Amino acid sequence: MSEGFGGTTAERILSARAGRPARAGDLVVCTPDLVLGTDGSTPMALDYFEAMGGGPVARPDRVLLARDHYSPPTSAATRAFHDRMAAFAEESGVGLLPVGGGIGFQVALETGRVKVGDLVVGADSHTVMCGAVGAFATGIGSADLAGALRTGRVWLRVPASWRIVLDGRLPTGTGAKDAALDMVRRLGPDAAAWTSLEFHGPGADALPVEERMVLSNMSAEAGAMAGIFPSRRGPGAPSADAVYAREIRLDLGALEPQVALPHDPTHSVAVAEAAGTAVDFVFLGTCTGGRVHDFREACRVLEAGGGIAPGVTVVVTPPTAHVRAALRADGTLAALEAMGAHVTETGCGPCCGTSPLVPPDGARVISTANRNFKARMGPATASIWLASPATCAAAASRGRIVDPRDVA
Amino acid sequence: MRVEGRARVLGDRINTDYIIASARKKESLDPAHLRTWLLEAVDPDFAASVEPGDILVAGDAFGCGSAMEVAVTVVQAAGIRAVLARSFARTYFRNAINNGLLPVTCDTSGITEGSRLTLEVTPGATRVRDRTRGTDIAADPFPPFVLDLLEAGGLVPWLRGGGAFGDPA
Repeated sequence: MSEGFGGTTAERILSARAGRPARAGDLVVCTPDLVLGTDGSTPMALDYFEAMGGGPVARPDRVLLARDHYSPPTSAATRAFHDRMAAFAEESGVGLLPVGGGIGFQVALETGRVKVGDLVVGADSHTVMCGAVGAFATGIGSADLAGALRTGRVWLRVPASWRIVLDGRLPTGTGAKDAALDMVRRLGPDAAAWTSLEFHGPGADALPVEERMVLSNMSAEAGAMAGIFPSRRGPGAPSADAVYAREIRLDLGALEPQVALPHDPTHSVAVAEAAGTAVDFVFLGTCTGGRVHDFREACRVLEAGGGIAPGVTVVVTPPTAHVRAALRADGTLAALEAMGAHVTETGCGPCCGTSPLVPPDGARVISTANRNFKARMGPATASIWLASPATCAAAASRGRIVDPRDVA
Repeated sequence: MRVEGRARVLGDRINTDYIIASARKKESLDPAHLRTWLLEAVDPDFAASVEPGDILVAGDAFGCGSAMEVAVTVVQAAGIRAVLARSFARTYFRNAINNGLLPVTCDTSGITEGSRLTLEVTPGATRVRDRTRGTDIAADPFPPFVLDLLEAGGLVPWLRGGGAFGDPA
């Protein structure tokens, strides 16, 4: 559909969904292909929806709601959020994932609900992850979600695009998470704000979609509106005359394992600079570090490291039911449990302090998640380091941060 | 639109978890209740010292992190009608507009705690006056469609009032 409009990937997709040519800086009203909500954002959206006058949902077949943040609900209030979402889905006909179904936008990717050239909006800032398959995917708020339910539309400002050229291949012992932490440090928290990051180059072409998801996901930490691996020829492929606000080259081949220091995801260092830092709580999971191969890699490193070090708590949260089933089937979860890891219900887990098992006061956490703001996981006295599944597993085996290449 | 108030100065990169911790949302989404913990991670005494009419004044990337909208409504529940920042996170900026909280982008570096500020927002121009220093600060104007939403008080009253998603350009 977008073939009729030139420009960057962001401009082409937003033009197609607005039905008119649009350029960076323009305000457009678009019809999204998929609208996502969570139990963190939908209850508030339903308040807005009712305040707007309620009524039928404009395009219920394009809506998918997930109960992923409070999974399982641990209070009367969060159970009531879930019940309210279920009642709304029943009445309106919108899609609703079961509790334990998993993180909505990852389920949408797993089930083929997101297609190249699509516009996806989700009331969750990490909806940007859907850019991994060549969609324009962006986070919206609860009022936006309500407006999209009611009208089937959303207002957006077309972002300027940055062309991010990836060269080289990820060296052994590093992964997409290291590339993502390195990228957000280089971009900084502000410079790329409100832009569409569009990944090109031989390094991008060589990355499997599961790895692309990590870079798309953490584009949010650079403040970007979207992080897209564009189709080379299909819908959303940039035209030859596309104008990029900046071009940045990142050499994947020169990467070292990275660790983001408390309390900012853009404050990363090479693992050697953080080595020796004591940790006592390791979290494996989330939309950032939540693919099947991430858990297999963590399990492999933990086994190579001789298991979980004394005094370290390891929490494993498969983000979706699909990932959980695959890890059950291949014995990964059993192996992790045999080493003493705690496997929780699927979903966001303790990433933002909303689901079990939240770290205790004063915990020194290393996590595969995307954010390490103070109090992010609940206690304000906890400190959170961010790293790849391999680096987190290596730390779990030693009780301190260590280069995963020295363990596995 | 015209807003007057006292500056409450914050730093750079005040993320939404610092404005209101996600974990606080587990029991209630009521901003009148959540305002008790407004900005607790930055200053545990902040919430108690806020007065209706205060204006938040921040540095870069105000509202970065999670897109959670209570980070806007909790600010409004404290009686704050406007936030000045050198830059805003995109999601916070649009959530503010959708709720009728005025997000003004301008150079905030010279504004000191407690300064008296006056904001005037008109089509094509946003003016910030620091009455304590006696200076005017250049601010980004709002596009007409955004100003419509702000003047309506946000997306809910705008849609209720007959606003329709035609072509805003």
